[in-house]
Amino acid sequence: MTKKTSDVSRRSFVKGSAAATAAGIAAPSIFVPHATAAGAFRNDPGSSKTVTLGFNVPQSGPYADEGADELRAFRLAVKHLNGEGDGGMMQTMQPMNLKGNGILGKKVEYVTGDTQTKSDAARASAKRMIEKDGVIMFSGGSSSGVAIAVQSLAQEMGTVFMAGLTHSNDTTGKDRRRYGFRHFFNAHMSGAALAPVLEAEYGRDRQVYHLTADYTWGWSQEQSITEATAGSGWQTVNAVKTPVGAGDFSQYITPILNSGADVLVLNHYGKDMVNSLTQAIQFGLRDKQVNGKDFQIVVPLFSRLMAQGAGENIKGILGSTAWNWKLQDEGSKAFVKAFGQEYGFPPSQAAHTCYVQTLLYADACERAGTFNPEQVIRALEDHTFDGMGNGETLYRGEDHQCFKDVLVVRGNQNPSSQFDLLEVQDVVPRAKVEYSADLYPGELGPYKV
Amino acid sequence: MNTVATKKKDNLMVLIFAAVVLSMPVWLQPFGAAYPDLMQKFVIFGLFAVGFNILFGQTGYLSFGHAAFIGVGSYATVWVFKLYTMNIVPAILFGVLVSGVFALVIGFICLRRTGIYFSILTLALAQMSYNLAYSVLTPITNGETGLQLSLDDPRAWDAAQVQGEGIPATNFFGMEMSAWDGLFGFYVCAAVLILGFYISVRITRSSFGSMLRGIKTNQQRMTYTGLNTRPYALSAFVISGMYAGLAGSLMAAVDPLAGAERMQWTASGEVVLMTILGGVGTLIGPVLGAAVIKYFENIFSAINTSVLADFYSFLPDGLIDIFVGVSALFVGKGWHLTLGLMFMLVVIFLPGGIMEGIDRIKNRFAKKPQQD
Amino acid sequence: MDAILLQILNGLDKGGAYALIALGLTLIFGTLGVVNFAHGALFMLGAFCAVSLNKMMTASVKVKDESVTFFEAFKEVPYLELWLGETGTTLISWSVPLSILLAIPVMLFIGLAMERGLIRHFYRRPHADQILVTFGLAIVLQEIVKASFGANPHPQAVPEMFSGTANVGALFGLGDNIVYPIWRLVYFFFSMSIIGMVFAFLQFTTFGMVVRAGMADRETVQLLGINITKRFSIVFGLAAVVSGLAGLMYTPILPPDYHIGMDFLVLSFVVVVVGGMGSLPGAVLAGFLLGILQSFASMNEVKSVLPGIDQIIIYLIAMVVLLVRPRGLLGRKGVMED
Repeated sequence: MTKKTSDVSRRSFVKGSAAATAAGIAAPSIFVPHATAAGAFRNDPGSSKTVTLGFNVPQSGPYADEGADELRAFRLAVKHLNGEGDGGMMQTMQPMNLKGNGILGKKVEYVTGDTQTKSDAARASAKRMIEKDGVIMFSGGSSSGVAIAVQSLAQEMGTVFMAGLTHSNDTTGKDRRRYGFRHFFNAHMSGAALAPVLEAEYGRDRQVYHLTADYTWGWSQEQSITEATAGSGWQTVNAVKTPVGAGDFSQYITPILNSGADVLVLNHYGKDMVNSLTQAIQFGLRDKQVNGKDFQIVVPLFSRLMAQGAGENIKGILGSTAWNWKLQDEGSKAFVKAFGQEYGFPPSQAAHTCYVQTLLYADACERAGTFNPEQVIRALEDHTFDGMGNGETLYRGEDHQCFKDVLVVRGNQNPSSQFDLLEVQDVVPRAKVEYSADLYPGELGPYKV
Repeated sequence: MNTVATKKKDNLMVLIFAAVVLSMPVWLQPFGAAYPDLMQKFVIFGLFAVGFNILFGQTGYLSFGHAAFIGVGSYATVWVFKLYTMNIVPAILFGVLVSGVFALVIGFICLRRTGIYFSILTLALAQMSYNLAYSVLTPITNGETGLQLSLDDPRAWDAAQVQGEGIPATNFFGMEMSAWDGLFGFYVCAAVLILGFYISVRITRSSFGSMLRGIKTNQQRMTYTGLNTRPYALSAFVISGMYAGLAGSLMAAVDPLAGAERMQWTASGEVVLMTILGGVGTLIGPVLGAAVIKYFENIFSAINTSVLADFYSFLPDGLIDIFVGVSALFVGKGWHLTLGLMFMLVVIFLPGGIMEGIDRIKNRFAKKPQQD
Repeated sequence: MDAILLQILNGLDKGGAYALIALGLTLIFGTLGVVNFAHGALFMLGAFCAVSLNKMMTASVKVKDESVTFFEAFKEVPYLELWLGETGTTLISWSVPLSILLAIPVMLFIGLAMERGLIRHFYRRPHADQILVTFGLAIVLQEIVKASFGANPHPQAVPEMFSGTANVGALFGLGDNIVYPIWRLVYFFFSMSIIGMVFAFLQFTTFGMVVRAGMADRETVQLLGINITKRFSIVFGLAAVVSGLAGLMYTPILPPDYHIGMDFLVLSFVVVVVGGMGSLPGAVLAGFLLGILQSFASMNEVKSVLPGIDQIIIYLIAMVVLLVRPRGLLGRKGVMED
């Protein structure tokens, strides 16, 4: 059943367990792989011909479809790294040190796991990858709670985690870790990118009603949007917390009708966003006139998969997104082409970030000339790259957050196909969404664990 | 059965059980399950199921809310780590204590009803605790993100010790839980499981245990004899709640984190599945069931199509795709389906779970020589 | 005042859904004495009847999408639109109401198959076993739906004439501030009429009379030489149809996904217990009561006094009712107490 065997730590682990069981005495430290000679690290591929990566995505539960798309992207990235297919973004990435012969000459293999969008299951799955399958890096995600939980595990175990989709400010803010990296954007950037567009579209001095998913991500997004739009004279009439997975949000929507608000911001994600948006529109909010203005609904974080779930209701709604397959830069085109040829439909933003993260990690290993996470981390920190879809991008060393252009999108009024649900309204340049690393203070922790 | 023989037999059973548990790192190798995290899960959920069995198996009360105690135990333990010390002993003791008190309160309310009403009351209470932990009580539980350690925690009792960079690891009087490549944590949990198993054997054999089984078989008759069964049922409830709390504390001890999803009603459903699958009311069954389900969750869910393709590579090309396609429905992301099917089959055909299956096989082999 | 009226309306349509699910659940309790944890799955299957019909009606021909240049992409044009033009589009928009015609036989069949194939073997087993096997069945059913339809929700449209909002306030001369989505009003009236039909069926037909007699005293009815089991299995089918229709009509309100049944399951049990196990009027009463109370608990005025109350109100009520009136609001003595 276990296919990916072979690696030093596993064998030493077997020996260690046998010895420990036989003797039952305090174990000598040689069984701890990263405590041997200087420069040794966990799951060192050593002289093995292959290296294993772990892809830990939600395969069951509400984000299973998103997880499936992430997995497609990972498989594609592995293919390209091993020199199969047309290479995708390896044609456009700048700087580019990959040779199409795996990573550092070792063929890339991968193992998969199911996070179930639960922190415990995600950590268990990640531990399996690290302890049993011997992965050198793992990636994936769809929820900030999960990302933060596995990121702290990555730090404990000394294995690099390249986060997939996670949007909370905390991931690279209060809960940042030395071994965790995020390419995806965050709530703060959503706010910064949306605010000017919202002012231009909907004018100054609006009365805003927030419906916020009652958990960490929801709160941080509500705060970011409130702060970013304050400059346009947007005032919060009320901010109501809604339970996660409420299903029917109508009892939270009815009070909006006569609240005097003229904008509704839905700080919901996934199924909750699909439901609350659908129901808000059923209540005729968008046909209303309040304070002499057309009532507007804003969904700060969009994804195409959510747009599919919301169907007709998404049309004309403004929101932000990390990336869209209709972008016309060379990197995006190369990626969409490779992905489309492989699977017959375009990739989602989750797929994009996972693909890029895998390539970035591989590239960092090549630049560091080793798999030793200490050096790989240093190679990723403050690394600037281009040609991967969002213009010139910086991996900031202080908090491991990527800074790149952010897209403001609008639900397409006349989609030409089922994938053409979002149209890019504006590409907000990186400079407009940057912030100082100590705005959300946190501790990265040590390089060596 | 005479009591002396039973006692001897019991001690032998506990010894064999201990040997099997402690040698897990060896005999689990061929199953690909001999890595610390999964073995810890086997042992911790085994403990949870043993405790659950005292309530469900012995007393007959089907609780759908036991995961709440796991959560409470975890939160209490992590708070001790944060505030006082990284030594697991005081932390676990506190976790068990808090979950015991919590179980007393919940049990007092729920045990006013029996049967299906009891199940639904526990379900409602557990779901309420989950909602409270997930958002309403975020200052205590850190909501969705889960309660984690951080560098600037006070850790008052550890202050004297010199600390290196980063967050210190949980330890057992100085011995880190992650020592021996994670195996030390496993052995600590295994020791607790063996102790917990021994206690559950003693409870089963005690007069208190017979009282519980009396409640299960016929509560009315017990009441008619002028006996108030409530204190007994409540004790069983609190004991099994403390077992669950202990399991939650151990989870936090090997992995210092506590999250609300541990308390969801589906997590409570999981322990019911474990107990049923292994064999309700038997001593060893629940531990077996826990191991089977955790094995599925961690190993079956990781089988993807490329692994399947490798597995079937001896077949001709056309057949590979068909076999991979059909098998993929049941492994990887389809592991829930396999679990559901397996569970239904067990409830329908083997109400006594795996233990009944083993007994049946044993009987079949035992009968043959007699016939000859 | 307007706000309160709106929340009452809201509670009524929510309550309609709760009442319908609880009605089916308690029918099965009362007649067969079975605790059916797969009842949520029936609600989900009903919803997917609507999704399936919509998928059938939008069966499409693939047309090369010229707007995509990077790779071969296709857009889909439904045959119905291709053949009938505008009429086809209108027909597709009616897929949810039309699917009622599909759902009634399908759900009846599923209900009968479930009862004959599985549940009847569990009449003599303990309630715990019934809970467990139906719980397992619920997992299996939802995983099958997930494997066939994916994990994402499937939004369903409503016909033109039912979309948008109605000015309820103006209708009753209460001012213009009370507007409400038409489909939710439709749902409320739909659930009322289904409830009415079920009660009429049980009240005025011979079949219903036997079933009611059986619910009250199973043994005596059997002594009279009436094959009560056979009738009860039809009741199971009926309950499946009721919850299936509840799910089907709910799809435009809540885009269904494979997990929608589990989401409603805990809630529907709470409704049944509060109403009193085995009591049909109790289930309906509790459904509406909980719907309205939940709506009120979500009002900002209430939440500012008791933060978080909206998340736990349902469970609190269930606890209080069970402790104060152990048999539920309208429950009878001796039901499910062994």
